[in-house]
Amino acid sequence: MPADTMSMRLDDTEKAMRAGRMGELRRAAIEQQIQVGMTFDAEDFVEVSQVHLMADTESLGESGVEYLEAIASLPEAERRVRVPTVTDPRGIDLCAYEKLHQEERLAELERRATTAMQAMGILMTDTCINYQTILPPVRGEHLAFGDTGSTIYANSVCGARSNFEGGPAALAAALTGRVPRYGCHLDRGRRGTHLFEVSERPGSLSDWGALGALVGRRAGSYWTVPVITGIDGSPTSDELKHFGAALASYGSVPLFHMPGVTPEAADVSSVFDGQPPNPEIISRADLDEFYSSFGRHDDQVDVVVFAAPQLSLVEMQDVARLLEGRRVHEGTALLIATSPEIKAACDRMGITETIESAGAVLLKGVCFYQMYARELGEANGWQRLLSNSAKLVNIISGYGYRPVLANTRDCIEAAVNGRM
Amino acid sequence: MAERRIKGHVGVGPKVSGVALVAKDNFSARYDLDRVKGVFSRPAHALHGQSYVNTVLVLHTAKGGVATSWMLREMKSRGMAPAALLLNMGNPIMAQGAAFADLSFMDRFEVDITEAIQSGDRVTVDPGAGLVVID
Repeated sequence: MPADTMSMRLDDTEKAMRAGRMGELRRAAIEQQIQVGMTFDAEDFVEVSQVHLMADTESLGESGVEYLEAIASLPEAERRVRVPTVTDPRGIDLCAYEKLHQEERLAELERRATTAMQAMGILMTDTCINYQTILPPVRGEHLAFGDTGSTIYANSVCGARSNFEGGPAALAAALTGRVPRYGCHLDRGRRGTHLFEVSERPGSLSDWGALGALVGRRAGSYWTVPVITGIDGSPTSDELKHFGAALASYGSVPLFHMPGVTPEAADVSSVFDGQPPNPEIISRADLDEFYSSFGRHDDQVDVVVFAAPQLSLVEMQDVARLLEGRRVHEGTALLIATSPEIKAACDRMGITETIESAGAVLLKGVCFYQMYARELGEANGWQRLLSNSAKLVNIISGYGYRPVLANTRDCIEAAVNGRM
Repeated sequence: MAERRIKGHVGVGPKVSGVALVAKDNFSARYDLDRVKGVFSRPAHALHGQSYVNTVLVLHTAKGGVATSWMLREMKSRGMAPAALLLNMGNPIMAQGAAFADLSFMDRFEVDITEAIQSGDRVTVDPGAGLVVID
């Protein structure tokens, strides 16, 4: 459907792209972006400095990979991305898929997708924690980030500006170098809408995830901006990572403010237009009830997963310490996913050896729910899943698992004992 | 019975007709669907077990991650997509995915769309005009 662009201003470069003078691919990309921009009343485009592309093969499917291959077959001047573009986790870890009984056809699809993206000049970073490991965003920087967790972190913790740019949209942004200016790119899209007061500081990463989930459920839409008070002292990067990832997962929320912590929120009154609303209280009892809603696996745990988001180097060290000198139960699998950069650091620092000596599987460049979780569960007989990721336990029930949330220490104990 | 016309925000995708499948629940292709079988697979979803293929799918809001933006086109390529997606409140991912897939999508209606349309209604969706007609 041709979009009516009467109310969306285009500069000379955008007009050239739309007219096809920069190739058919860029014409189609900007046309797609104009449709989205019109849907959200964007008045113009804004140039972006980085793109983060979600294009795992489980989401792409055969048709998506063929789409990328068609792009890769174009002349270089037409197919190359215009701004630095990095990738979200892949669908297969080519070093581990056989061990996990994943099919060769899936690995082949992954190789094809990777080859095509490299031909476009895309940097295969394969990580959802690019803000911790690749190029941390800067306040005010306009981005096209394609993972909800990386987007909410960039917006909230770094003060950068990005909407959720799903795979095709992030790819379009990479090809045009811009995005429609609406939502989080505008000052008015970053004002607080809901106020939450935390009565007790979360104590673990899974607690932070649970808090994010509760705020997300209550906020409930992409167009809300929750403001969270009651946190004494700055949380760590990993705590905010789990909080933001769960908030984005449960609420589809791209931005939060934490007065005194995040850069756009000096205090509560400065992030609201007018009088702040009455706060909703989130207590320890609310967090406990959230954990309870998933039940327990007292009988047996099939698989324990550390992922979603991928683990930082500090998280990897924590897991390794808890596993040191111990052995994962023979009836339970323990999977740990991190980025290729962190995996290399773990190799260098002896963390990988500690983890693998315990019988755990260390995965790089993937995330559990993006790596054909349904087929993985069926091939390995996994249903009873335990994780410290509130995001993962939200996603994974649709893939045939019975997920339970627990803190890092309890997850490791369950992996060693085979049950909670 | 006379047709009923409901205005919404201008959306994306072509004008289509189909039979409605409605619930007061939310939507993510990754979280909620078995895309191979074409059914809702998330046990807690209000439409669990029901086929969404070729329906005008009417739900409350978009939730979860970004994968839906690739998945709509992939589902459509296998003939396993809904005919249209109507939400009270969408998000960028749904609009981006619909634009990429050339699938009809609308949101922000003048009424609660999950109450205005009943499962089984015959519905025409015209995103360019921002209009839904219940036959």
